[in-house]
Amino acid sequence: MSTPTPRLLLVTRSAPYGASLARSALDTALAAAAFDRAPGLLFLGEGVLQLLPAQDAAASQTRNHGKVLDSLPLYDVSQLYVDATALTHYGLQAMALPAAAQLVDAAAIRALLEGCEQILSF
Amino acid sequence: MNYALLVLAPPGSASRAALGFARAACARGHHLQRVFFLDRGVENGLGTAVAPQGERDLPAQWAELASEQGVELVLCVSSAIRRGLLDATEAKRHEKAAPTIAPGFTIGGLGLLVEASADCERLLTFGEGR
Repeated sequence: MSTPTPRLLLVTRSAPYGASLARSALDTALAAAAFDRAPGLLFLGEGVLQLLPAQDAAASQTRNHGKVLDSLPLYDVSQLYVDATALTHYGLQAMALPAAAQLVDAAAIRALLEGCEQILSF
Repeated sequence: MNYALLVLAPPGSASRAALGFARAACARGHHLQRVFFLDRGVENGLGTAVAPQGERDLPAQWAELASEQGVELVLCVSSAIRRGLLDATEAKRHEKAAPTIAPGFTIGGLGLLVEASADCERLLTFGEGR
């Protein structure tokens, strides 16, 4: 892995719309960053759907999740890890990922979970 | 050991497990500083919910633990107000008829979760099973 393991890791496992849990994970990431504890974010399982490009939130009448994701680097949340197996599961291997994102396989996910000090699982 | 809990699960088996864990940790002499309720977890602090006959009132059980052990019960403000959980200040600010959070609970920002994660030796999440 090219960057050191984060001390605080937020694991986000839900799709972006339909429930507010994915948004709560990002809100927590931004709050932690505001207190100088910028966390890593692991998009696991269904959570990889949050990274789909060109999201249109108009029909769901919620804020655009993709735009919140785009703002993360501005708040120093730049350690993004993406579950490679889940991308394959959803047929999204070719999807463009955020610049900071690192693909992680099962072994890398285990190492990440083992290496950080704290995990919050959403 | 100094503990904090994050509760994401609405009232149900996962939030009862959080309450059970909180009681057990206190009974073993550990210090539980704060329970932070986020996302659907804030529904555990709804004061106007009525427990069905034969079930115990979950917010009242949390409040009992809080007063006995000095545990802070904090509902995330943005999760709370969108679900109609208001304290007196928020009810007034948003011009709603009355406060709705249960006694023993307070409303606060996500900074209180971040602070707990920095201060406590263990922070446990109780989310919805999937």
